[in-house]
Formats: sequence, C-alpha cells, structure tokens
Amino acid sequence: MESLGTASRNVPDSAGRFGPFGGRYVPETLTQALDQLTVEYEKAVKDPTFFEELKVLLRDFVGRPSPFYHAKRLSEQVGGAQIWLKREDTNHTGAHKINNTLGQALLTLRMGKKRVIAETGAGQHGVATATACAHFGIPCVVYMGEEDIRRQAPNVFSMKLLGAEVRPVTTGSRTLRDAINEAMRDWMASVEDTHYILGSVVGPHPFPRIVRDFQAVIGEEARAQSLERLGRLPHKVVACVGGGSNAAGMFYPFVEDKDVELIGVEAGGRGPSAGEHASPLTYGEPGVLHGSYSFVMQDEDGQTCDVHSMSAGLDYPGVGPEHSYWKATGRVQYTCCEDDDAMKGFDALAAAEGILPALESSHAVSKAMELAAKMPKDQVVLVCLSGRGDKDAAEIARLKGVKY
Amino acid sequence: MSAVDRAFEALRSQNKKALVPFVTAGDPSLEITAAALTELGKRGAAVCEVGIPYSDPIADGPVIQASYTRALDKKIKLKSILETIGSVTPTLPCPVVTMISYAIIHRHGPEKFLDMAQAAGVSGAIVPDLLVEESDAFAKLCKERDFSLIQLVTPTTSKERAKKIVETSTGFIYYVSVAGITGERTELPPDIVDNVKWLKSQTDLPICIGFGINKPEHVHMLKEACDGVIVGSAIVRRLCEAESKPQEQVIQEVGEYADSLLDALNG
Repeated sequence: MESLGTASRNVPDSAGRFGPFGGRYVPETLTQALDQLTVEYEKAVKDPTFFEELKVLLRDFVGRPSPFYHAKRLSEQVGGAQIWLKREDTNHTGAHKINNTLGQALLTLRMGKKRVIAETGAGQHGVATATACAHFGIPCVVYMGEEDIRRQAPNVFSMKLLGAEVRPVTTGSRTLRDAINEAMRDWMASVEDTHYILGSVVGPHPFPRIVRDFQAVIGEEARAQSLERLGRLPHKVVACVGGGSNAAGMFYPFVEDKDVELIGVEAGGRGPSAGEHASPLTYGEPGVLHGSYSFVMQDEDGQTCDVHSMSAGLDYPGVGPEHSYWKATGRVQYTCCEDDDAMKGFDALAAAEGILPALESSHAVSKAMELAAKMPKDQVVLVCLSGRGDKDAAEIARLKGVKY
Repeated sequence: MSAVDRAFEALRSQNKKALVPFVTAGDPSLEITAAALTELGKRGAAVCEVGIPYSDPIADGPVIQASYTRALDKKIKLKSILETIGSVTPTLPCPVVTMISYAIIHRHGPEKFLDMAQAAGVSGAIVPDLLVEESDAFAKLCKERDFSLIQLVTPTTSKERAKKIVETSTGFIYYVSVAGITGERTELPPDIVDNVKWLKSQTDLPICIGFGINKPEHVHMLKEACDGVIVGSAIVRRLCEAESKPQEQVIQEVGEYADSLLDALNG
C-alpha cells in the first residue's frame, strides 16, 4: 500500500478519518445516536470534571496506575533484551477493557440514556461493561456468540452475577463478529434510550477515537513509568491486536516517539491459509465492515471471511481503522503469532514469572520473546499484558487435553 | 431519466401507487428468484428490489438475515446473481433495483459494480450502509450513468439531514417506517403519515415506505401519504417455503399476496 507519510497523533478528522480509513458506514437510523455521541464526547473532552471523575474511578475502582514490571526470569531465559510488562491484568476485572467501559458509562449518564448494550468475544469487555453498569446502576444487555459462551464460561457467569443479561448469538460463526451484528441491530431499535458501549477501537466514528482515548491511559502511564524507572523510553513496544484496543491505547502515546519501535501482533491461528487465522493487517485488504473502512478478511465478493484464533478475544475478521492508518504510514509493524507459539508464550510467562496471561496477551508475549532473543541485554522490550488468563483456564485445559 | 423515474411517472399519470416487492437473490435458489421476479412483474410491481446477500447485514431483521445466510451457504456470488437478473430484465415490465451493502460495491470497485449491474439491466441501488456524507463519489458515478441511487430517511433523521438526503437521492426516497431493523410488524408508528407528508413537501421525488409493512391494513394506513410501499420480509418468508412446497404453488401464493397489497394500494 502507498505510504501516507508520517503518522500523526492528530487523527481522526471531523469525519472520523484516519487517512483514508475509518468514517461511518452504517444505516441511517444510527446517525443521530452517533452524532449525539460525537457532540457529547467533544463536550466531555472540554469539561475538566469529566476526566477528573474518570481519573478518580481509574485510581480507586480500577487500581491504576497498573504496574510496570520487569520480567527478569523470563528475560534471563530468553537470553536477550530485558522484557518489561505493562500489567493491565492487574486492573479490576482483569483486563484493560475496564478503562473504556467506565469512560463510556460516564458518557451514557451524560447523554441521559437509560440502558446499555455491549458485545463481547472473550468476555472481558462484557464483564467490564457489566461492572461499570453495576457501579452506576444502569441496566445492561451483553451479546455474545454461542461459541464464545462455550469458550468463556467463567466470564459469562460473572456477567450474570453482576446483573447483566447475556444474550447468546446463534447466527454465523457464533463469535465476536456476530455478536457485534446483533448489538448493532438492537441499537437500531433502541437508539433513543440506549447507549452501545463498543468494546474495541472498531466501528463507526466516533467509537475508534473514543475507545482509543479511554485506553491511551495504558501508554501514557507506561511511557512515564519507563522514563522514571529506566531513564529512557523502551526500544520496542509490543501488543496483541484483535480489534486492537489495548494496542491502540498502548501505542498512541508513543506514536511521535520516532525511536520507539511499535509492533502489533495479530492472531496467526493455525497458519496463513484463509479461514485458519484472524490477521487482517497481515493477510487482509481494505474493506468495509461494522461501520468503518479498514483492513478486513473478505472474499472476492466482499463477504466477510470466517476466521480462527484459539483466543476468543482475537477471533475477529476486522481491525480498528487507526491500526490500518499506522500500517499504511509504516509507524507500526504488524505481524502475527500462531496458536501454538502463543501457547508457548503463555507457558513461559506462567512458569518464569507466576503470571497467567490472557491467551490474547500470550500472542504479544510470545512475539516479544522472539524479538528480545535477538536484541542486546541492555535494550528493553515492553509488552502490554492486556489481561489475565484465569478466564482461559478451561479452554487451555481443553486445548492441551487435560482434565482438571 | 432513469427507468425508475419512468416507472413512477407512469404510475403518477395513472394516479396509482407503487408496490415495491423485495426478494433475496438466491433464496431458496436463483431459479426461484427469477420466477418470483417474473411473477411480481406480471402482477404489477412498480419496481422490484433484489437483496444481494451479505454476510454481516446490520439493518436486516431475522427473516432477511436468515435468507442471506442460506443464499451464501449455497456459495451464491454477485456474478451469478446479476446473470439471473439479466435473464429476466429484458422481458420484465418493471425496473429492478438492488439492495446491496457498500462492502460488496467497494470490493468490486464502484465503476466495475455499475458496469456489471447495468449490463444485467439493473436500474438502481439502495445502499443502506452508505450515508449521504460518504456517498459523494458513488452518487456522482450513478448520476453520470443514469443509475438511481435511492437513499434512506428514517424517523431518527433530523429535518436538516433529510433535506440533504433528498437533494442527493435519485429514483425515489426510501422512508424507513420505524427506528429498527427490517421485519414484519403488527403495528406501525402513528406519526409516519405526518413525517412522510413533511418529506413530500421537501422534494418532487416519489416516497416509498418500507420496514414492517406486511398487511393490506398497513397499506390502507399509508397509501394517501406516500407514493408506494416496500414489502420484504413477508415475501421472503413465503418464498423460502419453496424448499418444502412445490415451486409453482409458492410462486402463485406470492403473486396472490402481491395482488392483495396492490388491491389495497390501488383498488
């Protein structure tokens, strides 16, 4: 793809475009709600009390700042650069998702909406939405593909305990993509009184910007922690990319730090054949899906392809438009990590550090180990550990053929 | 003047309203799609709307969504759909427009899509996920080719936006009766008539109402305010029964159903 020049942090434009990517490709019915959200978010950005309220919540309810942790034993085993972890797994509810859901729940209240809907793949966003809604007393419905309900039973139970209604989605591949379709359909009929808390940096404008902004706390903290602890910025920053929200939040504050290499890791699944992976930035092409123009896995007719990842949170055929922009500008290098290698990353971190990473994050851990091995010992690879792996225990047991 | 414009002009001169039936291409088969279009044309449809199956429809309710899934499960492609449409358009007394996601148009390329569609005798398109803000380039291409780009106005559309939409629309305006997805409904919102009357004061384009309409009573309620009605899920539901019933019987039933709506419109 033709280069778009240097990546800027000053995106998207007023139409929601990151270069050519983004925009709004949705039914007319949703434009009013998207306009309302855009206006309300602009007001919130200018209102110091909004971010102050969010900051207090992130500190007292979520437990931020999350730790910046030197994985010493893992680094020694790898035998190259120092591997550091940005520990989003230590957040309340166990993943970065809570940063966004609290922000959007506050927006829901500002808009005077009475109900929240959400979609979830791995369940972490569902749990985070259910948590934010319970915190504020907002009724909440979470759409989740049947296949993901099977893979992520503990999170489903948690959502119910938190008072959310979990609606199984039985159409299509019964995964995240179908859950997004159903949530959008619900929103079509309920826009007047319902806010859709989208869980990633995907979807129509203004969602990719709003979610990125709420997740940017990850990179802002990591950047400051790196300067404070190491006296310098990291050499490489690595994060996994499904829709891409933890990666967007991690990368965005580093975009103009030209000496910091940014590496996004997609789900390579079982291999490069069509249908065996979930890596649109690696293998896909620009197209339209779920309201925006971005890289998509699609066939020659524009139909969305089925994708595969052992990780429910990465099992998605599209990606946020800002990632497409970063790819096109060359600011972020995108690569993928196959299921087996991600599992090795999981095992290595568990054994060396006593941390069970989410299967999503395991992709980034594995790639970071591979990169670090080829780098000198005085260099630093920073990995966004987007979530914890407790939720994946049953699925990992099944994949390993273990009964527990 | 496009074929869609001519169809509405003819209706106006006869003081009649338009029935715009919708069928999903390839559900349950392309052969039945062709037979249904022929039958609906014969019964007096003003314009036939053909839904191009899409893997991720957002605006469609369960009936049309399921029909798209069934068609795609049979590996039906745009090329074969357009060949089927092309096989009936030379003898069809009414124009055909497609309901198609922009994902498909973009993938083929807008110009190539229009080449293919026009070669098949398609006269226009409804692209539900192409908002007026995003449609400039495609609208320009359509205009150059006299291909109708039918845009949607919904109950949540502000008056200011509606004015912009009617300015860029050609063929007719698709007024969405309800804030929601497609599908049969028992009751329609009572303010439709007033909303459509206001919209009519803003444009000379015909206005057809869709989403939720399935009964002659609905048609009676709406016919004074609009220039036509669009009926989808009720027809798609009947057509998919052709998997378990004789095809001729199903086509006959769809034809009789269309007659009941036409009677309500123009009887």
